[in-house]
Amino acid sequence: MIGTDAPRATDETTDDESTTIDIEDVSLSFGDHDVLEDVSIGVESGEFVGLVGPNGAGKTTLLRAISGALEPDTGRIAINGTDVHEVGSRTSSRLVAVVPQDTSLSFSFPVRDVVAMGRHPHRSRFSTPDQHDREAVDDALERTRTTDLAERPIDEVSGGQRQRVVLARAIAQETPALLLDEPTASLDINHQIETLELVRELLADGQAVVAAIHDLTLAARYCDRLALLADGGVHSVGSPAAVLSTDALSTAFDATATVTTNPVTGTETVTALPNESLETDVLSSVESDSSQSAGQSTRQVSGRPSNPRVHVLGSGTTAAGALARLETATVDPAADDEDDDRECGDDDRGDGNGEDAVSESAALEVSVGPVARGSVAADLADQFATDSVIVNPFTALSSEHRERIDDWLRAADVVVLADADGGSRDGPGAFLERLETADSFVPEHTVVVTDRSSVADRAVGDGGSGWRYDQCREQGYEATVETVFEAVGASLEDRVGSDRLE
Amino acid sequence: MYAPVRTLSWSVGLAVVLVGVMIASAALGPVRIDPTVVAMAILNAIVVPTGVVFDGSVTIPGLEWGLPVPGLEYASVFKFAVPDTHQTIVGDIRLPRIALAAVVGFALAAAGTVMQGFFRNPLADPSIIGVSSGAAAGAVAAIAFPTLVPFASLHLSAFVGALGAAFLVYAIATEGGRTPVATLLLAGVAIQAFLGAMISYMLVHSGDDLRQAVLWMMGRLNYSTWSDVGFALPVSLLGVTVLCAYTRELNVLLLGEEDAHHLGVNVERTKILLLALASVVTAAGVAVAGVIGFVGLVVPHIMRLIVGPDHRILLPTSALAGASFLVATDTIARAGPAEVPVGIVTAALGAPFFLFLLTRKEVHSV
Repeated sequence: MIGTDAPRATDETTDDESTTIDIEDVSLSFGDHDVLEDVSIGVESGEFVGLVGPNGAGKTTLLRAISGALEPDTGRIAINGTDVHEVGSRTSSRLVAVVPQDTSLSFSFPVRDVVAMGRHPHRSRFSTPDQHDREAVDDALERTRTTDLAERPIDEVSGGQRQRVVLARAIAQETPALLLDEPTASLDINHQIETLELVRELLADGQAVVAAIHDLTLAARYCDRLALLADGGVHSVGSPAAVLSTDALSTAFDATATVTTNPVTGTETVTALPNESLETDVLSSVESDSSQSAGQSTRQVSGRPSNPRVHVLGSGTTAAGALARLETATVDPAADDEDDDRECGDDDRGDGNGEDAVSESAALEVSVGPVARGSVAADLADQFATDSVIVNPFTALSSEHRERIDDWLRAADVVVLADADGGSRDGPGAFLERLETADSFVPEHTVVVTDRSSVADRAVGDGGSGWRYDQCREQGYEATVETVFEAVGASLEDRVGSDRLE
Repeated sequence: MYAPVRTLSWSVGLAVVLVGVMIASAALGPVRIDPTVVAMAILNAIVVPTGVVFDGSVTIPGLEWGLPVPGLEYASVFKFAVPDTHQTIVGDIRLPRIALAAVVGFALAAAGTVMQGFFRNPLADPSIIGVSSGAAAGAVAAIAFPTLVPFASLHLSAFVGALGAAFLVYAIATEGGRTPVATLLLAGVAIQAFLGAMISYMLVHSGDDLRQAVLWMMGRLNYSTWSDVGFALPVSLLGVTVLCAYTRELNVLLLGEEDAHHLGVNVERTKILLLALASVVTAAGVAVAGVIGFVGLVVPHIMRLIVGPDHRILLPTSALAGASFLVATDTIARAGPAEVPVGIVTAALGAPFFLFLLTRKEVHSV
């Protein structure tokens, strides 16, 4: 709580050399509303821990508890062995500096004066700034590249510069721990990167940094570890790769998202997708329909009616996009028949881990292949546990793989031909040509996904795509990655309609 | 960039201006006196204590003998040759009033600076937490219903009323050891409204005392005595001196309370201290001079436009400028075409000057 002035433990540090923020079993509530429950996280010196989680998960509250601004109901938060809630604000402000989400800086103090305010905890009431104070301010200005702005009034610098000034203030404070609340929230991409690069530089000095970061991709890229907060507790703590999984994101954020490895940074990139769901009647009709006609399906979930089957044939980002869209689309719970629904719910609770949340509610049985190992599509197939044939690049398809794809194509209610350059010699069209079972393949039951930009460019029939691909484009549905799920739904509906007529 | 040198030079400069304004003021009036004579007369009026005498006694119930009260013996430092009439006019008639104007202006401008910074609100003035209303209520009660008020003097009644109102506002706005600024502001508005009603009621029933009460509320420095100065000067000087030691905290508080906490400011304790001191300083000024508006609101703004928002330089310069401002306006009120309450002059001159500055330079919110 602000202003509690407990007896001072002046500069008492433990023998431990490495800075540590120790958060032990911290619970905190606002009135009846529990914001944090039994949160425990430790941060080592030189480590950058990102707090991620949905709005209202308690990220800011946890930061405020660490800074000493909010006193937890139970638990303990120590920095360098000193409980920040046991000491006065003067002592705690020598241990931890805060870069708040927004600072009210609507007055015209020169930038240098604002940074110099970071020295406040170190100065006695009547002293003038000494050599070290001045050096600390100059150093902070230099590190944040704000030296040129030093004499400018703070209310006349841009948002990005202002953020750096506030960071400079925190640097000038020379604390072992640094907390940042959404340091990149209002910055453009260039300043986001600049700010976080700067924070990483600080780690070399042994500061322990904790930041609440909304942008999961940025968090994954810059943080050593992430703590995923959800529903007041710590969902998971660990490396970005370990914490950011599709399942975790679905549980914590209630969001449909895919996690892929960014080819440039080599870190996790999170892409949220709209929650698409299939219309009720289509699903149930197809279910009964497909169980008759696609009897040879090799892969029925025991005890449950199979969902419409879709095979994605293609490669590259287009196939990956189509796959992600199809895998993340869900069935409206009301779509299931009532008994089944209840059964599902019980299953869920019985499992207790909620990890199959995504696959459980998937509307479609999707298969994909062949895709190249290491490609985005292969990554995603892995992530969604999609039935897939993943081949090593530059190798021929084995007969075993070819048979599996044949089976899937035969069983599929809809085949999605997904390739930005579908008409090329190596595209899905050419693949279809070589396929033995291609005769049983119905062009009407296909969705051809084309790159948005290339739909108009490419005329039907040019290139070496072959007549089957052209037939698909003429008789099937055409879609973009964004609309692929809609098109599949429409195709299924068509199929139901025509089957009923027959 | 803040530099102590800059603060010092501005303060010394403004102090010189203040002395000049005071001399000029003492020279003006129905009887015009040469400024050099005025300066000598003023120096003659300066006395220093030379010894302690026990010339009085108070009786305490239960004690058989009276307790001797220490008093000070004074001696003049300078003995310039000044005509007796001029010495009397300057030293006994004009100077007490001028000195009191300086003290009250000093106090109100300093308190206004602190309140504007504290509330981070450009509309804040020294009376924002009900100090002036409390003083007015106390004074009007003492004027209209002297039998009901336990205090002998009007000043004391106003002073107690002022501090009582401030304390009441603070107590209402504080919950669980925390005093949110917004609550404080609103509680201040409510208490002021309530006290306003009480004052109006008392005025309605004040009968023959109405004129005196209304004049008090307009703020006036007539009938000023050295004892008024003796009361207001030490209180304001002490208060403003301590406030000057807290200007760094006041700066950091501008960032917001949580930021201030993170920068090592003991927020609640600093808030109590700033509020209490600003209220006491305001109460001292208002109790002796009545409700003089505008000084505490406008002078800090003017100085902020000139020296910037840094309280380390803003507070002392505002206080000194406020002193000069009130001496100058009171001179006009006193020596102008017709004697009017000084509150009328401060507003009538301050407002246009402030508007002029507004059009010249963009005003930043505190």
